[in-house]
Amino acid sequence: MNLFDYVRPASVAEAVAAATEPGAAYLAAGTNLLDLMKLGAARPQRLVDITRLPGLDTIEALEDGGYRVGAMVRNADLARHPGFAAAFPAVAEALLSGASAQLRNMATVGGNLMQQTRCAYFHDTAAACNRRAPGTGCDAAGGENRTHAVLGWSPSCIATHPSDFCVALAALDAMVEIEGPFGRRKLALEEFHLLPGTTPERTTVLAPGEMVTALLLPPAAAGFRANARYLKLRERTSFAFALVSAAAALQLSGGRITAARIAMGGVAAKPWRARAAEEVLEGEAPERAAFERAAEAALSEAAPSGDNAFKIALAKRVVTRALSMAAAGTPARMPALPGSAFATDNGSSADE
Amino acid sequence: MTLSISLTVNGVRQDLAIDDPRVTLLDLLRDRLTLTGTKKGCDRGQCGACTVLVDGRRVNSCLSLALSLDGAEVLTIEGLAKGDALDPVQQAFIAHDGFQCGFCTPGQIMSAVGLLNEGETGDDPERIREGMSGNLCRCGAYAGIAEAVSTARRLRDETARPLRDEDETRRIA
Repeated sequence: MNLFDYVRPASVAEAVAAATEPGAAYLAAGTNLLDLMKLGAARPQRLVDITRLPGLDTIEALEDGGYRVGAMVRNADLARHPGFAAAFPAVAEALLSGASAQLRNMATVGGNLMQQTRCAYFHDTAAACNRRAPGTGCDAAGGENRTHAVLGWSPSCIATHPSDFCVALAALDAMVEIEGPFGRRKLALEEFHLLPGTTPERTTVLAPGEMVTALLLPPAAAGFRANARYLKLRERTSFAFALVSAAAALQLSGGRITAARIAMGGVAAKPWRARAAEEVLEGEAPERAAFERAAEAALSEAAPSGDNAFKIALAKRVVTRALSMAAAGTPARMPALPGSAFATDNGSSADE
Repeated sequence: MTLSISLTVNGVRQDLAIDDPRVTLLDLLRDRLTLTGTKKGCDRGQCGACTVLVDGRRVNSCLSLALSLDGAEVLTIEGLAKGDALDPVQQAFIAHDGFQCGFCTPGQIMSAVGLLNEGETGDDPERIREGMSGNLCRCGAYAGIAEAVSTARRLRDETARPLRDEDETRRIA
């Protein structure tokens, strides 16, 4: 790990000033950043510790039915917040399907948005990686790439974004609140992460010095609370990143779907909102045939970036099953294995 | 650049000068405080051998920067027993052979203490296994570990003494 300066500012304004300097990085829990620094894949000259900034660790129910979540709220605390988890059960399930209990106790919601890809070539400083070292090439193309992107990738980068949390947030139209040298701004989480294009080193819209201060869940997102699930396929039952995942949320009335929200994880460099699939479902009966048509629409633009064509078929099945699970209703209690198709208490998947 | 922090480790306040900002909580515990019960396995948050409680919550000490924990209260495996009286989790790990080589055991036990403090598993073995998935055991003693956690939960319910309260009492005394 390289040496760095450590500063602990007392206010957001001080933090922004300290982090606007070249080579500076914000430090939240550090569960991703310290790991990358130990590998030499990240080499910040200055760490600006924002874990103690006042006012960033609160979960606030807003009068309009939405929620405001401070960027330094820990993943475990948000998933266990009774009001938040009841209003946005798919977000809680996504959070609890991620990482381990120890990491969820540490990791912050702002840090979750900022986490880097788990592409092995990004982590390996001996490998060519346009994302870590622009212009060096991409060893993942033509390398071990069975877990890589099938949507939105480019010849310069085929990495995926590893977050579960962000997938559920993208489905539910969450907003991100940002503070920086030029003031405060808000944008949709869906717009926050960038596809690689020719500049894969730019992973988010944040300008130097800008930091995420809060997430906002709109009141309309709580309208899906009765039928919202997160489903995550991984190569072991727990404590693994998604091969493919999906958040599915439905509003049902008179035996018809009146509104649908779908986003996928593990398929692209950003959480992938599947609006075309949502449109397929509106007005349909909540049945398997409609879910399969929606899944086809969700993956209509998918293309393998290597040895990963299986992920396209897998993603269709995950979307179909997530929709079936959502239609069956949000479980009264969080499943023993959140986000898993293999939980013994997950009755909705028994017929598949 | 030397910065000072204070930590309460196993009930004892420690004022520490940190001359290298790269020091993790794990390295601080092992190298500065010679509390070597906490193990360094992967050093990347993947194995759980370094699990300790910080302010009552289980965390990976290998991914915690010591400087950022100024003022925190840390409980390690060395602080768990009360004199010769083992914690119920420690007793249960012995009773169920919840280990072979023992390297992962301090992390397993501290993780189990954290899990039981969280209080969400009930007697459901699937919830216990999921709750312990951040701790790897290369010997594969998982069956004994899961049984030990289940037994420890019952032992603790019977004695009804949450660990954090006990720690409070000990520090005040």
